[in-house]
Amino acid sequence: MGLLKAEKITKDYQVGEIVIQALKGISFEIGAASFVSFVGPSGSGKTTLLNLIGCLDTPTSGRLTVADTDVGTLDRKEGALFRGANIGFIFQDFNLLPVLTVYENIEYPLLMVRKVAAAERRRRVSALLEAVGMADQRDKYPDQISGGQKQRVAVARALVTEPKLVLADEPTANLDHATAYLVLGLMKKMRDEFRTTFIFSTHDPKIVGEAETVFTLEDGALNGAKNGTKDKGGKNNE
Amino acid sequence: MSNLFKIALRNLLRYKRRTLLTASLITLGVVFVLVFVAVSGTFKNLMIGQITDSMIGHLQVHRKGFVASIETLPLNMNLKGGAIAKLEKILDAQPEIASYSPRIKFGGMFSNFTETSSIRLTAIDPEREFKAVPLLADRVSDGSKELKPGGILIPELLARGMKVKPGDAVVIVATNADGSVNGKQFTVTGVMESATGPGGRDGYVHLDDAKALLRMEDRQVSEYAIRLKDFGNLASFSRKLEGLLDKELNQQGKPMFELHTWEQLSPFFNIARMIDMMTFFIKLMLIAIVLISIMNVMIMAVYERIREIGTIAAIGTQPGTILNMFVIEGFCMGVAGALVGNLVGLAIMVVLNLLKMTYRFGRQDILLQAAVNPVDILVISATVIVVSVVASLQPAFKASRMEPIQALRHT
Repeated sequence: MGLLKAEKITKDYQVGEIVIQALKGISFEIGAASFVSFVGPSGSGKTTLLNLIGCLDTPTSGRLTVADTDVGTLDRKEGALFRGANIGFIFQDFNLLPVLTVYENIEYPLLMVRKVAAAERRRRVSALLEAVGMADQRDKYPDQISGGQKQRVAVARALVTEPKLVLADEPTANLDHATAYLVLGLMKKMRDEFRTTFIFSTHDPKIVGEAETVFTLEDGALNGAKNGTKDKGGKNNE
Repeated sequence: MSNLFKIALRNLLRYKRRTLLTASLITLGVVFVLVFVAVSGTFKNLMIGQITDSMIGHLQVHRKGFVASIETLPLNMNLKGGAIAKLEKILDAQPEIASYSPRIKFGGMFSNFTETSSIRLTAIDPEREFKAVPLLADRVSDGSKELKPGGILIPELLARGMKVKPGDAVVIVATNADGSVNGKQFTVTGVMESATGPGGRDGYVHLDDAKALLRMEDRQVSEYAIRLKDFGNLASFSRKLEGLLDKELNQQGKPMFELHTWEQLSPFFNIARMIDMMTFFIKLMLIAIVLISIMNVMIMAVYERIREIGTIAAIGTQPGTILNMFVIEGFCMGVAGALVGNLVGLAIMVVLNLLKMTYRFGRQDILLQAAVNPVDILVISATVIVVSVVASLQPAFKASRMEPIQALRHT
């Protein structure tokens, strides 16, 4: 069984008296250590899907299983615990905490979420700082580093808890192409090193080429999957 | 927990000007309350000290019914023989009592041989009286502080009005218990200031003179003024003594004695209560200042950091941790305000005491002194800190209940 399995999941939003179907019964499966991208135009449902996978939202119907857990059944506290244990997040705007240094931002999930012992925290954070090439910037605050550097810190923060899955919503949208490729290269390197599954959304065709598996979303429906990942709900472009 | 404090402090320092303004507002409130409590408390205690130590004593015991008819100073309500013995035996057995003084109170006519006026007289055993009300001697502004048989201490009002000075001969005429009238010549020993301002018509004579003037054959006492070793024990001791006195019954089976604290005997108690009430309302104002300012700042802090809240919630931070983060910010501001406020307040008190400012109260010049009980400092500080935490709770709770997905979408 794969790391992630979606079975006919739908997501509806009520806007006034109108119900908007953001996802229309999509199914797919993603294995461990994958490097997957969801692509599609704005409003196609990419972010909605990532939010469901990340337990930040629950599907209206269907079943979504992440690391053998039906994430649609988790309450607020269980959801937080599950995210802390299994999922790392990389945000489009980096979302580093401005009052914490680079080191402290990476350390935050270990310290405040996982309550890891000090020695182990130091070991993991130092290793990741080296891995993302930010060891010499460790004492700087987010407003003292560039956008690319911030995203490298965000990658390290997402990986520091050794999650099974890292979700990145448009991780390169605020970066120039050169930096975007660097960050994606870093994500791949981390996948190889930690065997973590990376799922990211993008609408940049150049960036899409970096993914090993690409799911295309259009108007809330899965419109195809490339590179061997089986699409059980929509078309399979294999 | 230390990490939560670190994050809270850094977030407070992130908005330096706002934090400084809020903390300053709390500081001002604490300073104002502290100085008011110190000055008003000192004034209150000074006045209570004046009244109890120079006039009333801490407690008084009378024959049952005496205080109700005190305006006429009835001699037939005096304690006599057996009652005096019983009462003194009870009083002697109380280790809380420092001293007590028997008094005879009576009214009379005061004459300087050309004019006559009314006077209220308290007959005392000077040695015992000066132990029970030690500041009585300080009220003698002119003449000798000693009161020997044949001497009289007269109130300032009467001395001025009737142009009498120490050394002058005067006559007191009083009605005895049997209705007959008797007169006795006295020499003015001293002139006394009133304890609470103008209007006093109270003089003092020796107990032996009162017995002679009132033709008392046996020993009689109108009241006992009692001084305690520890004034702080007043309430508990008065309850204890009242219980003991209630057991002493007269021939009709009714209580023989009645006990009153200074609070029941002096009108200044109402002023003291008014001061307490003003202090209470000023403390309420402080609570309102802290509540509104902290809540305002914390609501702003939560609003400005919605995306950060969404980020840490998405990462897996538990709602309780997020709640604590914001509550600690409020707590830190409260602690800072209370700490600086206490330091500034204490500094102002030191300056006030060094300046030795005086103000008129009635006919007295009172030295403006500020002294605060450490318990008051603790209570004010604890109030500020608790209110700061309470004011942070609502915004903190709101932050902890935020849906991460909505918080992350916030722009």
